[in-house]
Amino acid sequence: MSQPAYAAAQSVTGRSPSRMAWERIKKDRTAKVSGSVILIFIALAILAPIFTWIIHSSPDAFHTETLNQEFGTQPLGKLGGVSGAHWFGVEPRTGRDIFLRFVFGARTSLIIALSATVLATILGVVIGLVSGFFGGKTDLVLSRTMEIVLSFPSILFALAVMPVLESVFQGWGLPQGNGTRITVMIFILAMFGWPYIGRIVRGQVISLREREFIEAARALGASRTHLIFREILPNLWAPILVTVALNIPTYITAEAALTFLGAGVIDPTSDWGAMLLASVPFYSVDPMFTFIPGFALFMLVLSFSLLGDSIRDALDPRSSR
Amino acid sequence: MTSILKVEGLTKHFPGSKHSLFGKRDLIQAVDGLSFDVAAGEAIGLVGESGCGKSTTGRLITRLLEPTAGKIEFNGIDITHLSNAQMRPIREDLQIIFQDPYASLNPRHTVGTIVASPFRIGGITPEGGVKKRVQELLEIVGLNPEHYNRYPHEFSGGQRQRIGIARALALRPKLIVADEPVSALDVSIQAQVINLLKDLQTQFDIAFIFIAHDLAVVRHFAQRVAVMYLGDIVEIADRDTLYSKPKHPYTKALLSAVPEVDPDAIGSRERIRLTGDVPNPINPPSGCRFRTRCWKAQDICATSRPQLLQIGSSQVACHFPE
Repeated sequence: MSQPAYAAAQSVTGRSPSRMAWERIKKDRTAKVSGSVILIFIALAILAPIFTWIIHSSPDAFHTETLNQEFGTQPLGKLGGVSGAHWFGVEPRTGRDIFLRFVFGARTSLIIALSATVLATILGVVIGLVSGFFGGKTDLVLSRTMEIVLSFPSILFALAVMPVLESVFQGWGLPQGNGTRITVMIFILAMFGWPYIGRIVRGQVISLREREFIEAARALGASRTHLIFREILPNLWAPILVTVALNIPTYITAEAALTFLGAGVIDPTSDWGAMLLASVPFYSVDPMFTFIPGFALFMLVLSFSLLGDSIRDALDPRSSR
Repeated sequence: MTSILKVEGLTKHFPGSKHSLFGKRDLIQAVDGLSFDVAAGEAIGLVGESGCGKSTTGRLITRLLEPTAGKIEFNGIDITHLSNAQMRPIREDLQIIFQDPYASLNPRHTVGTIVASPFRIGGITPEGGVKKRVQELLEIVGLNPEHYNRYPHEFSGGQRQRIGIARALALRPKLIVADEPVSALDVSIQAQVINLLKDLQTQFDIAFIFIAHDLAVVRHFAQRVAVMYLGDIVEIADRDTLYSKPKHPYTKALLSAVPEVDPDAIGSRERIRLTGDVPNPINPPSGCRFRTRCWKAQDICATSRPQLLQIGSSQVACHFPE
């Protein structure tokens, strides 16, 4: 270095605001616990095929030998047929392995929730940026659009448009079945979800737009692209991250609710909402069947919400200076 | 002396609130018919109360705001209505330093990125590379050049203002508009930053428009001082003339409010108390804008707006100058 006098014994690498937030979150116990729970669920979802190999079964395989053949169709044994072969018991009527259906259900749930989040976030950020930065008529049109979308009763509307969109998608050449249904669900959830993030981004952009560092960049002749992507966007990661973390659980619940109401994924694909629906007639004789998907939903949603809160605390705007 | 900046009849009216659906929008006359010029390498002070349009003037000159009327000529080029792309090469010579060092640096960028932004945006590669030049600049403004990859939140207000100065200095501008560069800083730091600006001005021969509400600060920095009131200049004179022989009643009142350093002199001088508030710029007084608070006001002041005229070595806009 050309200035050895300054370099002596000094830590010269700065700590970026995101780095400081990361260090704060590492000290947060709630974040650690909820983050671990989420990681476990993600690991289960990713490793789901391995369990089929360990258990020597598949989530769709019937095990009628585990059911009481003479007396109705309830599982034999305690707690809905919990055994070494079937860790969480079996499904009444069919005898399908509940553990496998639970891990494959985590797959469906996470794939739909995370894809919808990604789609809604991209849409929301782009529209929020444009709306906030350009203002005027553009903002008027986009803001009113966001308000209209937000005012829709989303679940009810989703129930109504699911079959319509499904046939539209099939008309575009997508095959009949759960693949298309999952695509349609992702699409619908994102369609109702983007205004939440769009409004937050818009508000942030409006407050950032008037800051002097934007004027400083303009005084240097910066283009709009530079202002939006180099000056404004780096300041938006914190609110975007918090909104994303708090939006994921709403998508998980919305997906389960839609499926429970019959407008989502259908048998034989594993899904927690579908499991809950199937368990309703058996809740008194086989409570485990209801408990497993219910508890899974509860844990995942709670963990994402708590993690979102922790991220928000770590990214406290007071520390952004 | 050749003038680097010529401002003629500069006007900025901001749209205000609307009172009824079909009513006319209010117009806030922030700057109204301002004229002055700045010589190359000259430091001119622009003083006035808050809300008198000083900062608006600074932003109009640097074309951060679009003028409503008038003409701005920089370095012989009419820049009044140039587009962003047309302005880009001119901005190399025309820079601005902001008031709030906490708001004028992007918290997500390192100091290196901030000081290098003029090169990056202008598409310029300085001799010896960007990093070397950035470190040179940091050293010029009195910061540790090894701190280029630190973040703004790791610096104090005074240091941040130095970062802002380094950024403005990067392209070696011919004119810098300093918009209250020290009013957000501690008094002890103010002197350091002003001395730095003064050194830079003489070292690099940069013309300065130094906007301030503090007469003492301006006296220390500027060779010539313009006093603004309600969107217009009421008096321009070289520093010594203005401070010793103010011609406009408003200048006189402002100067009488500056605290006296010499205790023996206290009491030997009359303190002029202005009555009333600064009128609303939506509906400024007719004729002379200062007449509502002036102890010399006559009928003519309400009917005819005084022009900026040469009286002795000062330019004054008053019907009854001292």
